[in-house]
Amino acid sequence: MDKVDWKLLKEIADLEKTPQGAYNFRVNGKLDDRHVTANIDIQSKTDKPGIDIIIKPGTRGESVHIPVVLTQTGLTDVVYNDFYVGEGADVDIVAGCGIHNTGCETSQHDGIHVFHVGKNARVRYVERHYGEGPGTGERILNPRTEVYLEEGASITMEMTQIRGVDSTVRDTVAVVGAGGECVINEKLLTDGCQTAESNVEIILDGADATGRVVSRSVARGTSVQVFHPCMTGRAKCFGHVQCDSIIMDEAKIKSIPAIDAQDVNAQLIHEAAIGRIAGDQILKLMTLGLTEEEAEEKILEGFLNGLGFFRREAQTIPLFHPSARRGFLPAGRFCPEALTAPPALSSGSLRESGGRPI
Amino acid sequence: MLEISHLRYDVTAEDGGELGILRDVSLTVGDGRLVVITGPNGGGKTTLARTIMGLNQPTGGTIRWNGQDITSLSITERAKAGVSYGFQQPPRFKGMKVRTLLALAAGKEDLAPAEGCQYLTQVGLCADDYIDREVDSSLSGGEVKRIEIATILARKAGLMIFDEPEAGIDLWSFAKLTETFEAIHRRGESTLLIISHQERIIQLADEIVVIEKGEVSKHGPREEIFPQIMARTIPGCGYMKEGDR
Repeated sequence: MDKVDWKLLKEIADLEKTPQGAYNFRVNGKLDDRHVTANIDIQSKTDKPGIDIIIKPGTRGESVHIPVVLTQTGLTDVVYNDFYVGEGADVDIVAGCGIHNTGCETSQHDGIHVFHVGKNARVRYVERHYGEGPGTGERILNPRTEVYLEEGASITMEMTQIRGVDSTVRDTVAVVGAGGECVINEKLLTDGCQTAESNVEIILDGADATGRVVSRSVARGTSVQVFHPCMTGRAKCFGHVQCDSIIMDEAKIKSIPAIDAQDVNAQLIHEAAIGRIAGDQILKLMTLGLTEEEAEEKILEGFLNGLGFFRREAQTIPLFHPSARRGFLPAGRFCPEALTAPPALSSGSLRESGGRPI
Repeated sequence: MLEISHLRYDVTAEDGGELGILRDVSLTVGDGRLVVITGPNGGGKTTLARTIMGLNQPTGGTIRWNGQDITSLSITERAKAGVSYGFQQPPRFKGMKVRTLLALAAGKEDLAPAEGCQYLTQVGLCADDYIDREVDSSLSGGEVKRIEIATILARKAGLMIFDEPEAGIDLWSFAKLTETFEAIHRRGESTLLIISHQERIIQLADEIVVIEKGEVSKHGPREEIFPQIMARTIPGCGYMKEGDR
């Protein structure tokens, strides 16, 4: 792997060297490096591209990293990864895809992940998507994730897409067994003329199953986001869907949460809110000595990093990397709408603004 | 020294005419003084404070701080020049931790636990319980208000303006807060301008300013102004007299 590959690995998996435990690095559609442990086996599929990750029952405190890197322009990489997590295991799984596109052709990665989580097992899953590169070719990521939780099993999924992905359609489906728990924390930032669609469905299939979807997003420039989170209760269960978005500039956000109770004892809640940054928030930070732009950045940073998830790793994502500045477009890329400067916020306009607090 | 001279703030009324929220306010506050601004609701106290901070742009007059004319400076520039203001109704920030807000106030990347603890304790909050909480709707009004005051303490600005710091705060925290104001005043490092209706805070003042109908109606040493305020409280109100019978 070269420098660019490692830079992408740092962005998506926080890796600066080969990690402890099991791992499988996929670079430009091919296996680059693999390591297995006594408890975690990784095998290549024979019928299609992808791997099977088999975690023995009772495995505790181990991790699996399976990042994917794409630096070859014009490549469409489709991969099928199946996870078999044994009964009573407790593991961390880190996935994610980074695309560095230097050419004019589209680079695309479609990762199809299926999790079979055994009885009373616990999984923490982190997936980050990131794109960069000076090329005019599009960077596209269309992940599909299926999760099947047996009795008492739980999964917490942190799915993040912060920078540089032109188009994404992400589908996530989870079926939760009795006493199981599925938590999905989604963070999304789009800019320029990027588009993102996220469809999440959690089916609470057994007694005392719990589901939670917390989605936080920011849309800038002329980007467009669409969310379809759906919580279905088929038994005595508890489900909560919460979608919060900050809309800026000329962006568009559509949020269509759904709750579907198929049992009299299902308790389901949904909340969805879209709003601009409240003027008072910016003014308050300006009174602390920040400029208007700095204030806006700090508010967005807090909003997206504030999901109280995976705190033990204290991961904060630097949103405001030079390439993520508002209005930034990679050289050669043309997005006429994004070139229209958004109306400047003067302190006068902020005073008058009745922006709904986020 | 804070020197306010012939300050005006007008807004357009419903009938299209000019409505004077501040009409010719002149006021000088010496370095290290503790001045309490009081007066009836709607008299212009908060507008005056916000105008000093730059949150309202005056329609006339000048504001000088430490000899510098800050009337046309932006909010950020005034903040950098040493002006700070604790909002009467502070905003909440979804996702932003108390620790981050205090660090921003202190002008630092992050805050050492001991330092964060120090600011929170001064407003009667236990740092361990609050430092990693988010400044969102999970906090009560009184808690947000105290965190707001803690941000002003963290800024350590030359001019600290507090807008009804007692509002929504419980008795125990209020006692702690008055001690904090006393301590800042005793150290003499900052000039304190406190908008308040609380006798306990008014008692801390070197000087009292009464603002009514957009004008300074009284300004002088506490010993002189305080008895005048108290004398005016009940007499003159017809309804009160009715109730006394």
